[in-house]
Amino acid sequence: MTRIVVHDPRGYPPKVTGKRLASRPDTLNGKTLYLVDCLFDNSEVFMDQLRRWFAEHLPAVKTKIIKPRESWVDDPEMRAKIKEDGDAAILGVGL
Amino acid sequence: MELEKAGIPSVAVHTNVFARLAQSTARAAGMPRTRQCYVPQPVVDIPPEQLRAYIDGTDPVSKKPFMQGIIEALTKPLDDEDLKGMSFDRSTPRLLEPDTEDNLRQLFLQNNWTDFLPVILPTEERVAAMLKGTSHPPDKVVGRMRPTNFREAWELTVEKVAVNAVMAGARPEYMPVILAHAASGISARSSSTTSLAMTSVVNGPIRNEIGMSSGIGAMGPYNHANVAIGRAYNLLSINGQGGSVPGDTYMGTLGNAYNYGHTFPEAEERSPWTPFHVQQGWKPTDSTVSIFFGGRYTTSGFGPRATWKEKFVRCLTAIDHNQAPLIVMDPIVARLFVELGFDSKEKLSAWCAENARMPAREYWDDQWVQTLTHPLAVAGVEPFASKLKAPPDEMVTLYEPEDINIVVVGGETQGAFRMIGGRYVKSATISVDAWR
Repeated sequence: MTRIVVHDPRGYPPKVTGKRLASRPDTLNGKTLYLVDCLFDNSEVFMDQLRRWFAEHLPAVKTKIIKPRESWVDDPEMRAKIKEDGDAAILGVGL
Repeated sequence: MELEKAGIPSVAVHTNVFARLAQSTARAAGMPRTRQCYVPQPVVDIPPEQLRAYIDGTDPVSKKPFMQGIIEALTKPLDDEDLKGMSFDRSTPRLLEPDTEDNLRQLFLQNNWTDFLPVILPTEERVAAMLKGTSHPPDKVVGRMRPTNFREAWELTVEKVAVNAVMAGARPEYMPVILAHAASGISARSSSTTSLAMTSVVNGPIRNEIGMSSGIGAMGPYNHANVAIGRAYNLLSINGQGGSVPGDTYMGTLGNAYNYGHTFPEAEERSPWTPFHVQQGWKPTDSTVSIFFGGRYTTSGFGPRATWKEKFVRCLTAIDHNQAPLIVMDPIVARLFVELGFDSKEKLSAWCAENARMPAREYWDDQWVQTLTHPLAVAGVEPFASKLKAPPDEMVTLYEPEDINIVVVGGETQGAFRMIGGRYVKSATISVDAWR
């Protein structure tokens, strides 16, 4: 059988540079936990339920709900705010 | 992942159908151990008590209690793998290993490099012939593409575009038009759950130079250039962005037939109105490609007849109003609109914008208006902020005049028009001449 040579049709992916995760605290007690509502439809309701769960089960965790300025767009100001007075974050829901 | 880089321990919550996508995105970002937890799909339109049940319940991916996973994700100490992340080089080869034609066809299918229809295998000779359709060197970078804005962008060279053009069955003379599509940076294969597809419109002298058809069947499979260019745009999007694979790099729940390719030229010579690209500030002698984002709906009608206003309002209010329409109409319809006093496209667009209205409660009760527009309204951005203040039964407009675009095409066998989901992105008219 004749063998032929053809081009690979795929584009060129960027090189992946590894990034480390942030160090974890031993406990969330006494810490400020940001609940990031990513603005996907109904995520506001989900985050409110999450806030209620912490109030009931882990009241020593201070929760704050925060939203980016727009959907699907990075919000450096929001990230700066979380970095300034937050200790951890839960982001959701959806991609 | 940006928060992790800033030193904030984080966990992302997704619905379970996104597990593969979320994990591959984290890997491609160099943070494969990003901590993620999952709830069942869907979250949209689910009442609070059921969302609470998700929180109290089990993560459908890890099979552990959801909140146990959340707490562990934020407090479990890092191990060596977490600390180092993952660096790797994913370069793709220029040429594949030699093999038989049958085996190579099978390889292309298995790797999801096609639209599942037969392709022309991109041999070195065929690609070299295709490259003669442009003056640009093979290694020149044309643009970058990605399936969605949270994925990494891949790079396309002139040669890679030529490879995909060969696969689509294109001819070398189509290359400048295909390269212009690639240079847009807008993928024809968005991974959106909403099954997006792109419509592209070609304007200027290139239409006739390469034998595109704006006549009978222009939007269907009845002209080689129209079809091959549209198909090439989709194939180069699939391969140029690192795939369009269900569950990984494609999440469109219904899929979209426009993803085979949807490219046609405007019937400039038979239109009574200014060509689309000239409306955008280009010269009539410029050749361009304009890309319209959406393709989720199509409505149609014939006329205009005595009740055209009612028909237009019904069409404009029935469509997915978070995605402005591209109105395509046969020259017969366009000329009759001129007789009705609409001597420019802009006048008809303005009429549509003014008269397409629905109650505010319906306007806001749309998943994508809620997700994309509501945050802008809350931030005070007009005209959305005013619409948010409107009482629920107040009739609010859906579009601004500049949101509604019109292109004339068709063979004059019928006075037909269509409204197709097609938001024009303002930077999305690209020079074809620059790629000759």
